[in-house]
Amino acid sequence: MNEMNEVRKPPVATTGIIGWLRINLFFNWTNSLITLFVIYCLYQFIPWILDWTIFSADFKYNYLGEQITNQEMCSRNLDPENGGACWAVIYVRFYQFIYGFYPKVEVWRVNVAYAMLALALLPLLYAKLPYRKYFLYFTYIFPVIAYFLLNGGLGFTEVSTNKWGGLLVTLVLGCTGIALAFPIGIMLALGRRSKLPVISMICTLFIEFIRGVPLITLLFFGMVMLPLFLPEGIDMDGLVRVLVAVTLFQSAYMAEVIRGGLQAIPPGQYEAAKSLGMSYWRMNLLIILPQAIRISIPPIVNTSIGLFKDTTLVIIVGILDLLGIGRGTLADTNWLGLSYEIYFFVSLVFFIFTFGMSRYSLYLEKKLKTGINMGAD
Amino acid sequence: MHKSIIWINLLIWYREAIFEKRYLNNYLNGENNMKKLLSIFAVAAFAFSANAGTLDDVKNRGFLKCGVTTGLAGFAAPDDSGEWAGLDADMCRAVAVAVFGDRSKVEFITTTGKSRFPTLASGEVDMLARNTTWTISRDVNLGFEFVGVNFYDGQGFMVPSALGVSSATELDGATVCIQTGTTTELNLADFFRLNGISYEALPIETNDEGKENLFAGRCDVYTTDASGLSSTRAAASNPDKWKVLPEIISKEPLGPLVRHGDHQWGDVVRWSLNAMIIAEELGVTSENVDAQMSSNVPEVLRLLGVEGNYGEMLELSNDWAYQIIKQIGNYSESYEANVGPDTPLEIARGLNALWTQGGILYAPPFR
Repeated sequence: MNEMNEVRKPPVATTGIIGWLRINLFFNWTNSLITLFVIYCLYQFIPWILDWTIFSADFKYNYLGEQITNQEMCSRNLDPENGGACWAVIYVRFYQFIYGFYPKVEVWRVNVAYAMLALALLPLLYAKLPYRKYFLYFTYIFPVIAYFLLNGGLGFTEVSTNKWGGLLVTLVLGCTGIALAFPIGIMLALGRRSKLPVISMICTLFIEFIRGVPLITLLFFGMVMLPLFLPEGIDMDGLVRVLVAVTLFQSAYMAEVIRGGLQAIPPGQYEAAKSLGMSYWRMNLLIILPQAIRISIPPIVNTSIGLFKDTTLVIIVGILDLLGIGRGTLADTNWLGLSYEIYFFVSLVFFIFTFGMSRYSLYLEKKLKTGINMGAD
Repeated sequence: MHKSIIWINLLIWYREAIFEKRYLNNYLNGENNMKKLLSIFAVAAFAFSANAGTLDDVKNRGFLKCGVTTGLAGFAAPDDSGEWAGLDADMCRAVAVAVFGDRSKVEFITTTGKSRFPTLASGEVDMLARNTTWTISRDVNLGFEFVGVNFYDGQGFMVPSALGVSSATELDGATVCIQTGTTTELNLADFFRLNGISYEALPIETNDEGKENLFAGRCDVYTTDASGLSSTRAAASNPDKWKVLPEIISKEPLGPLVRHGDHQWGDVVRWSLNAMIIAEELGVTSENVDAQMSSNVPEVLRLLGVEGNYGEMLELSNDWAYQIIKQIGNYSESYEANVGPDTPLEIARGLNALWTQGGILYAPPFR
């Protein structure tokens, strides 16, 4: 046969959009029913939510064109038929949501700190950054700069932490907690696996104690009990006390996550390192930890996201974080009853940060190819 | 027992243990053993009054530290510019004005229902003005001193008008939204038991949660202090759909408090409040206070410091009350601006009217 073999295309039903639809959405009749049901729900829900959040919403002016200064002026309170969300409350209170009660003349310092935070995160997020090494140096000294910038000293007027609030407090708590807990967690994890009984016992006790109590208890302990134990005259800042509690809490969890990673490293790796004559620290720093941390990325990000959201608990000890400012706003007689708008906004901000964190972890996983079956063969 | 009381007792116990060790020897030297044992309790009290001279502390620091709520409509909440406003916030400012003659010399420390007492006990704040109910256990057992009442509140019930109930005694079998860990929970149980009716409790944490549950119909009744009910009702899209029942089932006198043992400081806070009430009684307002300086009523002259040396007695400047009235206003002005009928809360004066006008607001004479 010298007829040319005709290259046959795959059946239309399995390629292109139609194929994708058939395979993913209409594979069999249950599948199709579920798809139709979900489409129906979205059809009902999406126009309504878009209308409420955007098309009929007030952003700064109500439908009469007046600038909104209290809840009675919101379109939906003037005329329930005519209006959706009243975002004016966010507009008016935006400063408080972002900076708390930070004095207006000094607020540039917070802005600089926010910008520097972005700059400090850059080399961590983007590995191919030119001059990454120098950026990393900046990242290391950033906490010191941020401390003086936000708190005062070195020529800056002092702004007591009592004036901090909103996103500022949320970020300070979240970033400090996560950043400090990481090294402490590594030490605790190594300590717990240590062959020296005293070290391993102390680390185990610490981890189990901290993990055994809820964060609220630790916050209360830091806020309420600590000042009673300290001698008269030593006044520990309220935010610092909360930071200590948050960091301890997070490091115990981080330790267990990293210990999980350490346990997944096959003994051969330890033996190989030792047979090369490496010391304990060199072995851990160069061989074990890089692998252990790499495979622990998903749970590390998981606990970090958990902590970021848990920072809202500080309202219990009277610190007004993002959510606290939202609640304070709801208690203002001018803005009574706008809880949907405020909680929507607060959750949106939290979502942006936590979603960013989870995307970053996916990017890291892909880059480091943690999916490979490492060392098991 | 109230949750926070147990907590505080624990704190007192801890603090006792610490201070016992440190101060007992100096404090009780030369006393006999029996007396020593009895005096351990005195030491505990001493521990709390270790900050004796709060007035001097405040003056040296240059500003007052005042504990307020994290946000309660009409009592204390940050306004759009980040300033704290409300009846309790005015109380804090009045004390700051009395001490410094400047309403801005105050730092507001936010406290929650659970953290307020330890915060005061540990000296982190100089006073609390945090819609706190004056009860015997708080006044005596916790080692605090309530210096007066700046709002007479009481627990009430709010129901949907459609429920067709006109009295709380008709609420047999109702689902009640109730904040846990508060005195309202205990009052509710007492009230229903007394009337021989039953209820089902739906526990909630915050006022907001109670509001949402009531509006969504998950509970038939919401019970909290009447002032809280007013703010809940004001937040409804259609306030007429909700009704506050006439029964007030508890006494909730809310007032500022300070630590036990520092009477000088207690006096400053007490008379800052009294000055506002007396000013209303005498018809002195922030607007006419300058004209009143040449009044012919002796008590007005005493109040404004034209006659007498009452400021000196309190170790304040002689025009302290004048400054309070000038910068904050009298009680009525503060009430009308924060919770009165013209605000969204629309709380009538009721019990909080002067004793001469059918209420029970009564300040001792200024002489």
